[in-house]
Amino acid sequence: MRMHIDTDVCTGHGVCEGIRPDVFEVGDDGVVHLLTEEFTEDDRQDLEDAVDQCPTQALRLEG
Amino acid sequence: MPGERLVVVGASLAGLRAVEAARRAGYDGEITLVGAEEHLPYDRPPLSKEFLTGEVEPNYFRDEESLRTELEVDLRLGTAASELRPAERTVVTGGVELAYTGLVIATGARARELPGTPALDGVYTLRELDDARRIRAALGPGVRAVVVGAGFIGSEIASSARAAGAEVTVLEAAPVPLAGAVGEQMGAACAGLHERNGTDVRCRATVAAIEGAGAVESVVLDDGTRLPADVVIVGIGAVPETRWLEGSGVILDDGVVCDETLNAGFPGVYAAGDLARWPNPLFGETMRLEHWTTAAEQGGLAARNAIHPEQARPCATVPYFWSDWYGSRIQFVGVPTADEVRVVAGDVASDSFLALYRRGDHVSGALGLNQRRPVMKLRALIGKHGTWQDALDVAAAG
Repeated sequence: MRMHIDTDVCTGHGVCEGIRPDVFEVGDDGVVHLLTEEFTEDDRQDLEDAVDQCPTQALRLEG
Repeated sequence: MPGERLVVVGASLAGLRAVEAARRAGYDGEITLVGAEEHLPYDRPPLSKEFLTGEVEPNYFRDEESLRTELEVDLRLGTAASELRPAERTVVTGGVELAYTGLVIATGARARELPGTPALDGVYTLRELDDARRIRAALGPGVRAVVVGAGFIGSEIASSARAAGAEVTVLEAAPVPLAGAVGEQMGAACAGLHERNGTDVRCRATVAAIEGAGAVESVVLDDGTRLPADVVIVGIGAVPETRWLEGSGVILDDGVVCDETLNAGFPGVYAAGDLARWPNPLFGETMRLEHWTTAAEQGGLAARNAIHPEQARPCATVPYFWSDWYGSRIQFVGVPTADEVRVVAGDVASDSFLALYRRGDHVSGALGLNQRRPVMKLRALIGKHGTWQDALDVAAAG
C-alpha cells in the first residue's frame, strides 16, 4: 500500500490527521505530511476513510 | 450475491461514498444510484466560495464512465424518488418501482426559504450548482447585494460577493451570528472578519418585505429601513429533504430518525448525510449534522451496514466543519455547548486565534481561525475523551 498526498491540492484541513495522527500531520507549511509510509492490511480501513473524507480529494491510496 | 440490489437515493457526496464503499467492500450485487439533479455527483462547498468569484468549473467527483463501468452503477440522474415502501423493500423513483435488499437514504437537504418571499428576479437561495451559476452571473463590481442570514453559507456568500466587487450588507435576525454553531462569544469573534473586510453586518435585523417590480429593488426591514438591492441571496439554513418519505413509516423528526448504526427502523434501510439524525455514542447526544465530512463518513458506513447488517457498526464521530471567508479559514471540531470557552492562542480581534471549549474536566470542542496545525490534534483528543489539561497542552505545543 502506498499513500500519495497531492500537496498542490491539500489545504491542511487535517481530517486525515484526526483519523490517524500517527500517520498524517499538518505541518507549519499548512499542508499534510506523512509520518510513516509503512502500512499493513490492518491500516487499510483507516487509510481508505482518510481518502474518502479528505475535503479537497488530495489523498490517493494505491495497492 | 445474485438477486441482491443496493439502492442509494441521493447522488451527492454521501450517496457517492456509499456506492464506492459498497464496491470496495466486495459487494457484487446490483447498485442503483438515484439523483434528483441532472448533474453527476459534484462537490458543494466551492459553490459558496471560489465558484462565485470566477470562471471555475464544477468539481465533479467522478465521470460517468467510471461510475457506470468501474463501479458498475445503474445511474439514474434527473430522477427524484417519490415513495418508500419498507414492508415491500421497494422505492418508487421517477414513477418506476425499484426493489432493494439494502437502501441508503441520502437525499440531503434543501435551502430554507424566507416565508413570504415574492417571485422576483434577483432573489436566490444557494444549494445546487444551478443556483450558484445564477448567483455568479448576478454578482459583479458595484452590484448592491443583500445577504439574508449571517450563518456560514451567508457569510461565505458575503465574502465571495465582496471578492467579486459587490457592496454587501448581511442581515441577521439573531443578536449574534453563529451562536448555535460556535456559541455567542466565538460567533461575535468570527463576525469581526466581516467588519475588517468592509461587509456591513446588521444583527437583530428582520426582513419585513422584499420589493420590486419584476426584479428585486429593495429589502425592507421591520424597523422600516429600506435597503436598495440589485441581488438578494437568502442563506437561512437548510431543511432535510424528507418529503418523499412521509407516510412510509420511517420516523421523521427534523430528519430521518436512526439508531447508532444509522438504521432507519426497517431491515436494510440506512440513512446518511444531512438528513440523518442519530445518537452519536461519542457524545451521548442525538445529532444531525450538515457537514461535508459527516456526509462522506456516513455514506460509506451506511452502505457497509446496509450490505452486512449483521456486522453493523455505530457512527461514532467528532463533528468537524470549516468555512472560508476573505481568505481566512475557520475550523471547528466537537460540540459548542460548554461550561467555558477560552482563547488559548492569538487574539479574537485578529485573523488568528484558537479557542477551546470545556465541559467539566474535559475538552468538548475547539475553534481555530487560521490555526490549521492544532485543530485536528484536538479533534483526535476529543474523540478519546481527552482532559482539559491535555487540550491546553496540545494548544501550548502549537
